[in-house]
Amino acid sequence: MERYAVRQFLLSAAVLVVVSVVGFVLLRASGDLAQRIAGSEALAADVEKVRIAYGLDRPLPIQYLDWALNALRGDLGRSLFFPEDVSTLIARRLPITLGLAALGLGTAIIFGILLGTISALKPNGLFDRLALGGAVLGQAMPPFWLGLLFIIFFGLHLGWLPVSGSETWRHFVLPTAVLAIATMPTIMRLTRSGMIDALRADYVRTARAKGLFPFTIVFKHALRNALIPVVAIAAVQLGALMGGSVVLETVFGVQGLGYLAWESINRADYPVVQAIVLVLGGIYCILTFISDLLHAALDPRMRAQ
Amino acid sequence: MRTDGTVLSIEGLKVSLPHREGTIHAVRDVSFDIGRGETVCVVGESGCGKSMTAMAVLNLLPRGARREARGLHWRDEDILKAGERRMRDLRGDRIGMIFQEPLTALNPSLPIGEQLMEVYRRHRPRQKREARARAIDMLGQVGIPNPEERLSQFPYQLSGGLRQRVVIAMALMCEPELIIADEPTTALDVTIQAQILRLLIDLKDRFGLALMLITHDLAVASRVADRIVVMYAGEVVEEAATAEFFARPLHPYARGLLGCLPSAHAGQRDAPLQVIPGTVPSLIGELTGCAFRDRCALAEPACRARIPLTDLGGHKVRCIRADAEEGAS
Repeated sequence: MERYAVRQFLLSAAVLVVVSVVGFVLLRASGDLAQRIAGSEALAADVEKVRIAYGLDRPLPIQYLDWALNALRGDLGRSLFFPEDVSTLIARRLPITLGLAALGLGTAIIFGILLGTISALKPNGLFDRLALGGAVLGQAMPPFWLGLLFIIFFGLHLGWLPVSGSETWRHFVLPTAVLAIATMPTIMRLTRSGMIDALRADYVRTARAKGLFPFTIVFKHALRNALIPVVAIAAVQLGALMGGSVVLETVFGVQGLGYLAWESINRADYPVVQAIVLVLGGIYCILTFISDLLHAALDPRMRAQ
Repeated sequence: MRTDGTVLSIEGLKVSLPHREGTIHAVRDVSFDIGRGETVCVVGESGCGKSMTAMAVLNLLPRGARREARGLHWRDEDILKAGERRMRDLRGDRIGMIFQEPLTALNPSLPIGEQLMEVYRRHRPRQKREARARAIDMLGQVGIPNPEERLSQFPYQLSGGLRQRVVIAMALMCEPELIIADEPTTALDVTIQAQILRLLIDLKDRFGLALMLITHDLAVASRVADRIVVMYAGEVVEEAATAEFFARPLHPYARGLLGCLPSAHAGQRDAPLQVIPGTVPSLIGELTGCAFRDRCALAEPACRARIPLTDLGGHKVRCIRADAEEGAS
């Protein structure tokens, strides 16, 4: 188990390095940063001054190493727009995004597992068909579009909930619902197929031959085995949710990391964008790592390796 | 109705399963009794309906299966009409079940201690502490060393033989009166097979259990059975006390089976392996007459008629030549 953990950890670290390099290079490939900072009307001489002032004239590998080494020490540079360190900025916005993603995922897990389990009890029954149909619909609808529909219906038409901002818990209801609807189908389908397999397994027949109650058989014997792949996926999905936050936070005006990323791209605030890519990538790697460990913890056979 | 020490009585059991190409009549006519403390071996090749018979008794048939019978009694209780609630109380408590594959019969994600204790807690509520003591005791009874340490182990940490011992211990947790063992030694190594078999015989005597042992292995049956029930294509074709059966098998199929045992030709090194020609008939659709007639050397036109199980003084056989056969031997 320890060796497995160390190997997965090193793998995550390697992935993070690649992500940071790709993010760094893509940002610079997207256009002349000095020109964008100085403004499109700026004189060539001023653009050159900006280039030298921000060190953008140096070779790319040097720029990267300079930034990466500072980042390792926790110094992500200063924002070009806010009078703050990038790390302070991110520290203030990250909890909002994390919280939203966790709420969305939590809701999706609860309902996904419940619906998936009920569907599996009678495969191809009425409930199963309805749930599967709903899942296809939920997966097919782009979150930003569903978000807009929710804003129009629940916010403007019914007037139940605020449509923009992140001041009170009520602001989080709609974005959470959208995230949950986008994430639930995967969890539901995995639970369903895992449960169908588990309910056919020999150990379930044994459990029935022991006279156990159906509730015990389903929730103690079958679900435990059916959930192993679900847990692995759920952690990875949290990372995907955080990546998707850029769009959703913009739609709902939630002042999180995603919204900050969108704003900073528009403002050519490249230290912030770079840092957000790194942080989101890092979270994704950590979650994948946790997911691997959880998977191992749930499946005793993997623990042995 | 029954007060003569019979624990299980099966009369005219039929099980059918829906299938794309028609109905599968997996069990077509099965009747036999198991007395208190008695070991009955149900013998036959795979697909003859042995396992289905066992599952039908516990009402654990797959979804869609239909069960019919003239009678099905647990002691003197009619369990054909018993509800699921009553059957659930019987399963694991009065009737224990041992399955063929110890690898998959245990839940891979639960410690074996929990899997043992939960049966006891289910049938003896409010006895949590006793459950643990009982689990340790039973693991010891089935010959597992250091039972207390085993409680927290998972199935994958045990060898096949040990797992089967755990499955047996699980079936014994509530001191059942009957154990149904479905090919309990088939998936094991030959040396382990002998150990498990010896353990079953030993436990049966120690706990006064009735045992319904399903096997395709006549050698196994000859060692443990008080009585032998031979099944073919979903029917009981012969039933007799063990010694009587091996001395005077009456049904041509049973004779064929015995002829196939390599030991029947012991001493003849170059004797060819005996086989019964032909294959088992399809169980899809109705089957009338003797199911064995296409493979039988003694078949005659009369074999197409329905043939009842005839009782010849305790030795039952389903063959029109039964009387003649008896006379001949």
